[in-house]
Amino acid sequence: MTLVRRILPCLDTDGARVVKGVHFEGLRDAGDPVELAARYNAEGADELVVLDIAAARDNRPTFLETIRSVAEQLNIPLTAGGGIRSLEDARAVVRAGADKITVNTAAVERPGLIGELSREFGAQAVVLAVDAKREKDFWQARVRGGRAATTWNALDWARRGVELGAGEVLLTSVDRDGTQSGFDLALTSAISGAVSVPVIASGGAKIPQHFLEVFTEGAADAALAASIFHDQVQSIRLLKLFLRDHGVEVRLPC
Amino acid sequence: MIVSLIDYGAGNVTSVARALRRLNAEVRITDQPEEITDACCLILPGVGHCAALLGSLDSHGLRRPLLTALSGGTPFLGICLGLQALYQSSAEAPELSGLGILKGRVDQLPQSVKLPHMGWNQIRTVHSSRLLERIPPAAHFYFAHSYAAPTGGAETAALCEHGREFTAVLETERIFGVQFHPEKSGAPGANLLDNFLRLAA
Repeated sequence: MTLVRRILPCLDTDGARVVKGVHFEGLRDAGDPVELAARYNAEGADELVVLDIAAARDNRPTFLETIRSVAEQLNIPLTAGGGIRSLEDARAVVRAGADKITVNTAAVERPGLIGELSREFGAQAVVLAVDAKREKDFWQARVRGGRAATTWNALDWARRGVELGAGEVLLTSVDRDGTQSGFDLALTSAISGAVSVPVIASGGAKIPQHFLEVFTEGAADAALAASIFHDQVQSIRLLKLFLRDHGVEVRLPC
Repeated sequence: MIVSLIDYGAGNVTSVARALRRLNAEVRITDQPEEITDACCLILPGVGHCAALLGSLDSHGLRRPLLTALSGGTPFLGICLGLQALYQSSAEAPELSGLGILKGRVDQLPQSVKLPHMGWNQIRTVHSSRLLERIPPAAHFYFAHSYAAPTGGAETAALCEHGREFTAVLETERIFGVQFHPEKSGAPGANLLDNFLRLAA
């Protein structure tokens, strides 16, 4: 009996459609969220993440409808986020069918939000998204999709977020995101060692070796990727077989 | 048969209802005492903080009808906190009484491991359970919790381990409980819910 390492496909959406682009620029259509959700559910994804990367206020009803129709397809957990600024926003997302919510910018601006969410939904439902960018001798926590700096060292911010009630950290390397050059292993390992909760590594995945490294050297509990799954560059099942053959415990649905 | 799903305000009622409807069950979501008394089959899903569940059972006046239904043999399935609520107390909310159907206290898992215990894990059967029929022994189930029920009671049908062993599946007469989330556990989870529906029919 071992808790397995998880593989999480991520649907970055503009609210309605899955989009892709490097560093949030040059976005292009990458498919229908409902079709992709059904495919990943069947292929053995361990959880699904759906983000509203536009997070525009007037687009909220559309995103909630997307969560509802995606949740309808799943018998695995669903995490949703992007633009959650208040307890009320989070309630709407949970009511639409999300099991967990991610917060980033709003939590940096008002850390008390983390505690409010944790008290209402439980720590297991609160995922702190930490976007980290390498500076000279530390990683800086970034907000607004990685574009804006904060005064936080990413390690301190992750620790603080967990103290405040986050039950999981979704760590994205801003430097690696979209590059397909592999996860930032040093960053992942540092954050994983700094917090007592599970860490999901994100940013830079392409080949199975990248996932193997992030689970071993990076000490990640889960790994997230988007376009390599959408474009069928990587099958989830073959990725898991590779990991199993290299000694990583995974879940292979029958 | 109508399944009554007790809604105390937790997030996962919708997911459980959806999973049951996929199995063609008719679902009634309720927070009304008289509907619990009348129910022919009860599910108590739970997620979040134990105090929210126990506090809400009391504020909605659901504790007494629930205890009456349980002692009267109404088939019952507790999910996650819904399993934990069956015990006498929980270290997560020591000021509140559990339902006290089962002896013992729910305690936090050791901090030597990452908490919450979050993700997919396997279980080890201690004695056969009707809930686990037709489910491969190596199946994985989805867990998301930091507190867990004791082992050693006759009700424990399967164990899981994260830092220490804890009760993952329990069965005593017509009372069942699972620490994991069958509604989020893929095909094995759906099989388990289906087994419960058959037992309750």
